[in-house]
Amino acid sequence: MPKANTLTRLASALTYPLRLDDFLAVIDPRHSSRQLRAVVTKVTPAAPGVATLTLRPGRGWLPHMAGQWMRVGVDVGGVRQWRPFTISSPEGEAPSITVGAAGDVSTKLVNDTRPGDVVFIDQPEGDFLLPAPLTTPLLLVAGGTGATPMYALISTLLARLPDADVVLLQASRTPQDAIFAAEFAALASRHEGLKVIHWHSRESGRLKLAASIDTLVPDWRDRAAYVCGPTSLIADAEAFWSDAGLPLTVERFTIPRIVDPDAVGGTVTFARAGQTLDAPGASSLLEVGERAGIELPSGCRMGICRTCLKTLKDGQVRDLVTGSLTGEPGEHIRTCVSAAAGDVTLDA
Amino acid sequence: MTLAILEATPRTRASASAHLSPEQIAELGRELDAIKAEIMASLDENDARYIRSVITAQRVLEASGRICLLFGGQPVAWAGGVGMLSVAKILENMEIGHNVIHGQWDWMRDPDIHSTTWEWDVVAPADGWKHTHNNLHHTWTNVLGRDDDVGYDILRVTERQPWSPKAVFNVPLNMVLAPFFEWGIAIYGLELPDAREGKKSKQALRKDVLAFLKKAARQVGKDYAATPLLAQLLTGSGLASLAGTAAANLVRNLWTHAVIFCGHFPDGVEAFDEASVEGETRGEWYVRQIAGSANIDGGPLMHLMTGNLSYQIEHHLFPDMPSNRYAEVAPRVRALCQKYGLPYVSGPMLRQVGQTWRSIGRLSLPDSLRARLSRRGSVRARPIIVS
Repeated sequence: MPKANTLTRLASALTYPLRLDDFLAVIDPRHSSRQLRAVVTKVTPAAPGVATLTLRPGRGWLPHMAGQWMRVGVDVGGVRQWRPFTISSPEGEAPSITVGAAGDVSTKLVNDTRPGDVVFIDQPEGDFLLPAPLTTPLLLVAGGTGATPMYALISTLLARLPDADVVLLQASRTPQDAIFAAEFAALASRHEGLKVIHWHSRESGRLKLAASIDTLVPDWRDRAAYVCGPTSLIADAEAFWSDAGLPLTVERFTIPRIVDPDAVGGTVTFARAGQTLDAPGASSLLEVGERAGIELPSGCRMGICRTCLKTLKDGQVRDLVTGSLTGEPGEHIRTCVSAAAGDVTLDA
Repeated sequence: MTLAILEATPRTRASASAHLSPEQIAELGRELDAIKAEIMASLDENDARYIRSVITAQRVLEASGRICLLFGGQPVAWAGGVGMLSVAKILENMEIGHNVIHGQWDWMRDPDIHSTTWEWDVVAPADGWKHTHNNLHHTWTNVLGRDDDVGYDILRVTERQPWSPKAVFNVPLNMVLAPFFEWGIAIYGLELPDAREGKKSKQALRKDVLAFLKKAARQVGKDYAATPLLAQLLTGSGLASLAGTAAANLVRNLWTHAVIFCGHFPDGVEAFDEASVEGETRGEWYVRQIAGSANIDGGPLMHLMTGNLSYQIEHHLFPDMPSNRYAEVAPRVRALCQKYGLPYVSGPMLRQVGQTWRSIGRLSLPDSLRARLSRRGSVRARPIIVS
């Protein structure tokens, strides 16, 4: 959250209980006292159904490091939805994200976002970073959209060490699907140390490291290795480097949450209290917690007053009044009328 | 039927529903649940756009009004400033603050417009309000001994409250309460009677009093120190500006007092005793909300300026439904009331306000005296208004 500066504090004598930002937001929607926002400055098509969005964050943004990701929120049907995206721009530049239209959020970002639109953002996160201190040689293995953090890593690395020795092994279905292929080629033409190897699974079959790596990258043992891509590629790489007894830096994309429409009951973990309890499908999470002696706020106990709101960290809950399911991490749920539908974690 | 406030016999259920079987009440509950589910499922970006545009309009009015008052020495600027600031405060308190704090807009998952973060432009802190209003008043609507909104600890607004000599001051007390309504609400939110009776701990009281003092200091500082001081420095119109912010607060207080009193005290609205909520079902809870609330008739501007509390019945049935949807559910709720033979009290604002003052006046007299006067015909019982 952006810290209030002196002007804001002075102005609050006139604006309280609002803040100066709340008034400035009328003119520039990037202003918010509670939530980072960014203006979309550029939308560039990157591949079929894929676009790169360049963002100009508002005050309070901490510049990203190469290889990090950020959560981006957009309103879909009036409801704020958040998804994590890798930042593909090099360190020191405005953050950009490369998005493939798949779900509600990414489709809205790819198809309905124009320069000038405002999106909601969180601070960058993640430890898929260049070695510190910078050492080479490197081997980066990317599959599909796993190429996005690689572009940030390579462009940042080459800006600092123009002669760096780095191999990128990029797997994609076809040459057209190879994200950033043109950018990588342009970098390789300027930097002799960068070697890009393409693997196209439609013609060569799925990339199997054990079978191909000795031919593709003969000196792979000498290189610090990074992998990012689909689950199958990561599993293959982890097994391979572990057999070789060598370290591997891995970036997993968040797996889409699997929502079970029929789940009834499960367990509830009260993260702060450090307790995990059985949560039957007919009991509210409030009752379950109270029975175990966990202190929880409550009011009307019928879902109208919102005294009992707690943040859902993980899992999905069923509304005991309407029977509807919700399961968005970070959502506030009313514990007095919510029951576990599967395993649930609450920030309580 | 006679005046609801003349009924003194305790009942085990809202008397308005005495003719309904438990099955019928359960069926009514299911029908209301279905209306709510349907509306909540249909919320979309148009609703989001509505509340954001009201918030933007409020901020423009608030900033413009306050800036005008910095030039309060000019009569036109003063009048414009008072007008805009009054409207801004009313919009903030009613259509925005009250409804956001209810969680009506929590579904948008926008932390800037959320019940957990909203603080409003009155001296009462939002946290305490959530307890006395969202929880106690909305759960135990019009139940004597549980919902302290019944007379706010100081007025006698129903015959179910026993007469005591201080009721004689009903009318003058209410006349003092109206211009200082936000202060009355804040002090009432401290639950002083509960603290006196030991139902509220000393620590809890201390915490609430401190939060109130802190917030009140900032509110008073903004309207009665910072704004006039800046006006004095810029244009030498500090006093005019002070009078302007005071006038805006006064307008807001009188208006909110009038609207709030129309919600539960007009003729035909029932009050309940604690026995009537023993083992209450969901359907019975709905019936109590209908029988215990009253709407105000009017056009879109009236509904906006009352924060849609002119749809008090719908608001009490569905307190966390976005207020812009009450207009749409009102005809359906009214039709259900007709179907089940339940009252649906509604009337134009002046009539509703008049009735609340008349009731408050009558109830300042002991019941026996009033009954005698009533027999002589100087106080007539009127039929309840069911429209």
